[in-house]
Amino acid sequence: MPIINAVRVLSDKNFKSDCTKKPAVIALAGNPNTGKSTIFNALTGMRQHTGNWPGKTVLRTQGQYIYNGQKYVLVDLPGTYSLLPHSAEEEVARDFLCFSYPDVTVVVVDATCLERNLNLVLQIGEVTRQLILCLNLMDEARRKNLIIDSDLLSRRLGIPVVETAARNGEGLNQLRQTICDVVNHRITPVPTPITYPPDLEQAIAILEPQVRQIMGERLNPRWVALRLIAGDQSFIRSFFSSLPDAGEGVKL
Amino acid sequence: MHACMTLDRLLPGCFALVEEVQAQGITRRRLLDLGLVPGTIIQAIHRSPLGDPTAYQIRGAIIALRQEDTLQIRIIPFEGT
Amino acid sequence: MSQNHPLSSLLRQSQNISGLEPAKATDSIVQSIYHTAQKIARETVQMPGSRIQNLDRRLDNIFLSRIWGYPVMLILLTMILWITIIGANYPSSWLASGLFWLEERLTQGLQFLDAAAWVHGFFIEGVYRSVAWVISVMLPPMAIFFPLFTLLEDAGYLPRVAFNLDYFFKKAGAHGKQALTMCMGFGCNAAAIVSCRIIDSPRERLIAALTNNFTPCNGRFPTLIAMATLFIGGSSLVLGTQLMATLTVAGFILLGIILTFVLSYFLSRTLLKGEPSSFILELPPYRSPRIGQVIIRSVMDRTLFVLARAIIVAAPAGAITWILANTYIDGTSLLSSFAAFLHPFASHMGLDGFILMAFILGLPANEIVLPILIMAYVSGGSMMELESLGDLRQLFVVEHGWTWLTGICFMLFTVCHWPCGTTLYTLQKEQKNAYWTFMAFLLPTCTGILLCVSVNYLVQFMHLL
Ligand SMILES: Nc1nc2c(ncn2[C@@H]2O[C@H](COP(=O)(O)OP(=O)(O)OP(=O)(O)O)[C@@H](O)[C@H]2O)c(=O)[nH]1
Ligand SMILES: [Mg+2]
Repeated sequence: MPIINAVRVLSDKNFKSDCTKKPAVIALAGNPNTGKSTIFNALTGMRQHTGNWPGKTVLRTQGQYIYNGQKYVLVDLPGTYSLLPHSAEEEVARDFLCFSYPDVTVVVVDATCLERNLNLVLQIGEVTRQLILCLNLMDEARRKNLIIDSDLLSRRLGIPVVETAARNGEGLNQLRQTICDVVNHRITPVPTPITYPPDLEQAIAILEPQVRQIMGERLNPRWVALRLIAGDQSFIRSFFSSLPDAGEGVKL
Repeated sequence: MHACMTLDRLLPGCFALVEEVQAQGITRRRLLDLGLVPGTIIQAIHRSPLGDPTAYQIRGAIIALRQEDTLQIRIIPFEGT
Repeated sequence: MSQNHPLSSLLRQSQNISGLEPAKATDSIVQSIYHTAQKIARETVQMPGSRIQNLDRRLDNIFLSRIWGYPVMLILLTMILWITIIGANYPSSWLASGLFWLEERLTQGLQFLDAAAWVHGFFIEGVYRSVAWVISVMLPPMAIFFPLFTLLEDAGYLPRVAFNLDYFFKKAGAHGKQALTMCMGFGCNAAAIVSCRIIDSPRERLIAALTNNFTPCNGRFPTLIAMATLFIGGSSLVLGTQLMATLTVAGFILLGIILTFVLSYFLSRTLLKGEPSSFILELPPYRSPRIGQVIIRSVMDRTLFVLARAIIVAAPAGAITWILANTYIDGTSLLSSFAAFLHPFASHMGLDGFILMAFILGLPANEIVLPILIMAYVSGGSMMELESLGDLRQLFVVEHGWTWLTGICFMLFTVCHWPCGTTLYTLQKEQKNAYWTFMAFLLPTCTGILLCVSVNYLVQFMHLL
């Protein structure tokens, strides 16, 4: 079932839109140093700093672009290895992905190091359905003679996969088109759920309905159940501070 | 079967299988997030000029770890390379 | 509210419901995800043996090696500085001649318009000159240093620096990623304070933030370069003197790095006691940077940056300096009385009142310290007209009695004094604690005063001068 954007904390007054429709919010997530800021710059024409080391971006930045007459707000996030944040800048990324309900999340991964990057992709797939995988650094992958079957990858993950080499501008049009398709529901990603060992699955089966009762489909109940089982205090804290009535909240 | 040892004793160039991460708390979570779950293949690559930290190849990425942390990772070294 | 929320009570119950210990459950979750990732990756990626990876290893064999690791770092630093010093020299003097030529034309123009003397003074001697000095002295070194530095950054060398230096940081009770924040500090200390967020432990992050000022930023190392060239003569074409000037600047940067270690050690034993936290650093693969694009872009970026700062900070600073120099009370200008007031203290530090005053007026931005000093000297009754950079030596040495000791103390204090206003503001915003902002001010200032006074008295005591 679809995850409904019940809480839209993204206030509209920030978008002095000249288009009729509300702009779609696109989050750029991914491991550190996979080229998120490079893609962000390429799409928005802005000049975020990039550099070949993990941790170059520490703050959230946003920019916009127009594609096919529709306006998109692109959000560049700090790199993170997992949705269990360890540091302030990773928390920025996690909170935005989990509690700001972007219309589409593009996970940028390093094609030369897929296995390690898939960890985050799978985790984000538990939080949101509106997910696109961007296989960046394809030029490096080719240089290293890697052959990646992206069709198979797309089927296994249940989400669209776009190959890019952002620094050379390769594949960016395809990326814009795919984002557009997902925003306009021409493509519906269905992330393949991860199977856990039987004891965990049993616990999920018990907790999931209770979570659904409390908070509906605002967040994927299966994922929330997992957070509860893992005793993740920081998730609970961030969740409460993201509620609209908690004052500050996650604003865009 | 080989005896277990800790990761800090793995010589550069050698491979091993991760058996257990003994660290607790936040360090444990960080190490797990790097993919250091039991059964992972790990290779020691480089020691820094003064012997610590050491760089390891873990799931295709090169990660530097300090001895304090590698002491808490138990591994089973591979025969040869 | 959050305590009574049903979700909180569900969290409390969840352990009973699942019968799993949270820590065990977390392990199990992470493990399942990684196994899935591994399975998918194995199915979708084929990797026939790769030569490129071996190239990476071979580069690391040099850059991380026991023998070559540190020498290569020093050589790279020296090389970058050397290219900067040689390369900045010509554009600097071109810009200077051009801007002074323009100044004359502007002066003539004002005379033609019959403008009042204060108009000429305020706009030409104040605003225009300080902007001109910033552009001619500060801009060229930055516009050359940064592209080179960015090339190293894009190639993937910076994390290797952090890897090599981590041992010292651990000994100092700090975090290896502090090396990365120091690298950012070369660009701008304020930006570096924000980049300290990459350090997870609050204690180590604070250490990195408090000591970042020992890395000479953007606005300070051109000052170092200008001083070194002035005293050692890097502007002559002789290789030996250029190299000497380069080594001098490299020496001061190295001193800053050593002081960073010393003060980190001191902080983690006193105000910020604690054990080093875990250190995890990814060493990304080397990537060949797109040289042309990097150079064009960072030269442009730096130029725009410096020009913007020149207008925002240097122009008002020049105006204020001129006003201070031309407001007389009892026959002496405010500027001179301020300098005279500072002089007794400054002379203990091997400086003079004007120099210390320039540092104080330079609080908003470090790149205006030298321009303010020049303007203060010139306005202090000097009859000479500066027409080229070479005349600076005349101004400092002949007219104001600088010795090599003054030069050294000036450079020392350039490396260690209070952070600029923007940096302090950023620190306050990041830490939200006035106490630490104050410490960030105090720490380098006291270090600088201590160093200058010791060097000054040591030299005098040993009759080296
Ligand atoms: N060869 C190649 N290099 C790329 C490509 N995309 C990005 N890069 C380079 O990879 C490095 C990292 O890029 P960034 O955009 O800074 O990466 P990021 O994901 O924003 O990194 P963090 O902000 O640290 O999370 C930069 O040096 C880029 O120039 C690509 O498609 N091909
Ligand atoms: Mg980035």
